[in-house]
Amino acid sequence: MMDGATLGHAGAQSAPGLQVAGARSPQHPRFLRSAALRFAAMYALLFGLSALALALFLWWETAGLLDRRIDNAIAADVESLAQRWQEGGLPALIITIENRLAENVDDNAIYLLVDPELRRVSGNLSSWPTDLTVHRVWAELPIERAGIRSLARVRTFTLPGGFHLLVGRDVQVRAQLRDLLTGALLWALLVVLVLGVAGAVVIRGLFRRAMANISATAAAISAGDLSRRVRISGRGDEFDRLSETINEMLERISKLMDGVRQVSNAIAHDLRTPITRARARLEDAALHAESEADLRAAIERATTDLDGVVAVFQALLRIAEIEAGTRRAAFASFDAAPVLAGLVDLYSAAAEEGGLTLMFVCPDRLPLFGDRDLVQQAIANLLDNALKFSPEGSIVRLSAAIAGGTVTITVADQGPGMSEVDRARATERFFRGEAARSTPGAGLGLALVQAVALLHGGSVQLSENAPGLAAMLHLPGAAEVARGIVATADA
Amino acid sequence: MRILVVEDDRDVAGFVVKGLRESGHVVEHADNGRDGLFLAASEAFDAIVLDRMLPGGIDGLRILETLRSQRNTVPVLFLSALGQVDDRVLGLKAGGDDYLTKPFAFSELLARVEALTRRGKGDGPATKLVVADLEIDLLSRSVRRAGQKIDLQPREFLLLEYLMRHAGQVVTRTMLLEGVWDYHFDPQTNVIDVHVSRLRQKVDKPFSGPLIHTVRNAGYMLRSDAA
Repeated sequence: MMDGATLGHAGAQSAPGLQVAGARSPQHPRFLRSAALRFAAMYALLFGLSALALALFLWWETAGLLDRRIDNAIAADVESLAQRWQEGGLPALIITIENRLAENVDDNAIYLLVDPELRRVSGNLSSWPTDLTVHRVWAELPIERAGIRSLARVRTFTLPGGFHLLVGRDVQVRAQLRDLLTGALLWALLVVLVLGVAGAVVIRGLFRRAMANISATAAAISAGDLSRRVRISGRGDEFDRLSETINEMLERISKLMDGVRQVSNAIAHDLRTPITRARARLEDAALHAESEADLRAAIERATTDLDGVVAVFQALLRIAEIEAGTRRAAFASFDAAPVLAGLVDLYSAAAEEGGLTLMFVCPDRLPLFGDRDLVQQAIANLLDNALKFSPEGSIVRLSAAIAGGTVTITVADQGPGMSEVDRARATERFFRGEAARSTPGAGLGLALVQAVALLHGGSVQLSENAPGLAAMLHLPGAAEVARGIVATADA
Repeated sequence: MRILVVEDDRDVAGFVVKGLRESGHVVEHADNGRDGLFLAASEAFDAIVLDRMLPGGIDGLRILETLRSQRNTVPVLFLSALGQVDDRVLGLKAGGDDYLTKPFAFSELLARVEALTRRGKGDGPATKLVVADLEIDLLSRSVRRAGQKIDLQPREFLLLEYLMRHAGQVVTRTMLLEGVWDYHFDPQTNVIDVHVSRLRQKVDKPFSGPLIHTVRNAGYMLRSDAA
């Protein structure tokens, strides 16, 4: 039912659609640009080719068998005639030939005996064929016998005394067989054509139905209904597998869309709030400020709010820049150990100021392949977080290790930590854990760390440090990456 | 100082020109690429503030490349809304001396422009920097104030050296982060303030009269109060 509906739909569309289609691709009419038709044509072609192969095989088998039989009969004839000649000489041979001709019911035997001057002595041919020399043993040639043109297969034989004997068989029957087969083939061609077209129509219908299912879903989705999925027939065939793949893709897209929606909501909130605040301050100052000092103070605070907005913007753009992957072009090998040492140098003063101990454990060399600045910034973000949430007197530990080709950089603090639910969402943009509500920040730090990790083919892992949080940045080591590149090149 | 500002946005240009004039500089302004290139090539400036995207068919990058190809070494600060890392690298590769992303604080722009002109003059290979009674020896890496030796960590020495090289000028936190640590991102925590306050503990506290001053809403400045 669905098939009929789609076909009807397509038919109704084809007339007005023709011009548009013609304008798009003038070299092919619309009906030739159908995949179903191409498959159907291919099917008909294959069908025709196999019918032709069958006919050729038949021809070979039958005609070949006839040929072999005739050759055998001629050879036997020649042998017995030669024997007659030896036994009784020329007269015996002539009698034998005439007897044979009389006995030949099928009227397909051909005999001719000629003297050295090629004059006929006996036989049912009027003269020695002009285009046959006496030295050729086997030949196939047209003959004229009793006024009827025919085709014959002959063998010549030179007798002592200069006589030549020609023994043959009329093979006109083979020509008839060929005509018969050709006729059958033509009929078969017609049948092939009919069956091919019928098969093509069936294939086209199957195609249309499978495609209609998918394209209806796609159309619904582009119209905005993201919940639609391709129906799966349950047969587990190729179309089902395609449908499953498409459904998986749709699932992923809708998840991403949710993410985007979440981020835009967050942007709306996180940027609107400081902008609203700045606007309110400025308007309030313009309306109610009583002194220049008031006015200046309000403007200064509004500027600070706007700086906050700019910072959020820059962080978002930077994450987007990293996620776009264009920075990968600037990847290089570098040793991360001095990078970490530099960061410890930068942050240790701030840690001490806050009554914290910043511990640092790192191997001598930490070979990485990537963007030095980004790795630096990612670790700086982790240290920023750790320092921000650590209570006085606690320890922040920055450690690095190489295991199995993976470099793991860990920043562990003894702060309030994160619940498991929060940890799962911590790398989302604008996500802020319970403990972070009262501290300044936009919830973009870990999102950037995540983006950097993914850019390098690594990952971020947050775990309980009991108490506190341990953030682990796993990055493939330089050797590992080099091997990976070699492997890809090989593949 | 004679400064050329090439910027097409009238509000931003007006704000920058006014600010620079108030700080005692002589400022020329061009609002398109062609005029900017003409002025930059025909007159002598101590520094150029150059927008990346300009009307008139010639953008900031082209202006700079043309100037550098004429062996013009005037210090150039890019002022651009193109803030991606690659844009920055492109600007510096073309021969720019510094790169500031819009939006910006005027104090940051002023500090960077003034730092540029100092850099542009090229002090030559000085081995000793002196401000008031504070002196540092760049070869032996030693610091003395009022004849008394001060022990500094290597990074503290670099920080002091940077402040001394820009003595009398405002130095912002980002400039310190870039110039001393070579980092190109903004840490959220006040890491730089802590380092400066530690340096103060060693350089200023035991002596009479502070040399390292905090400039509100801008950064720091090393100067002798007498000056």
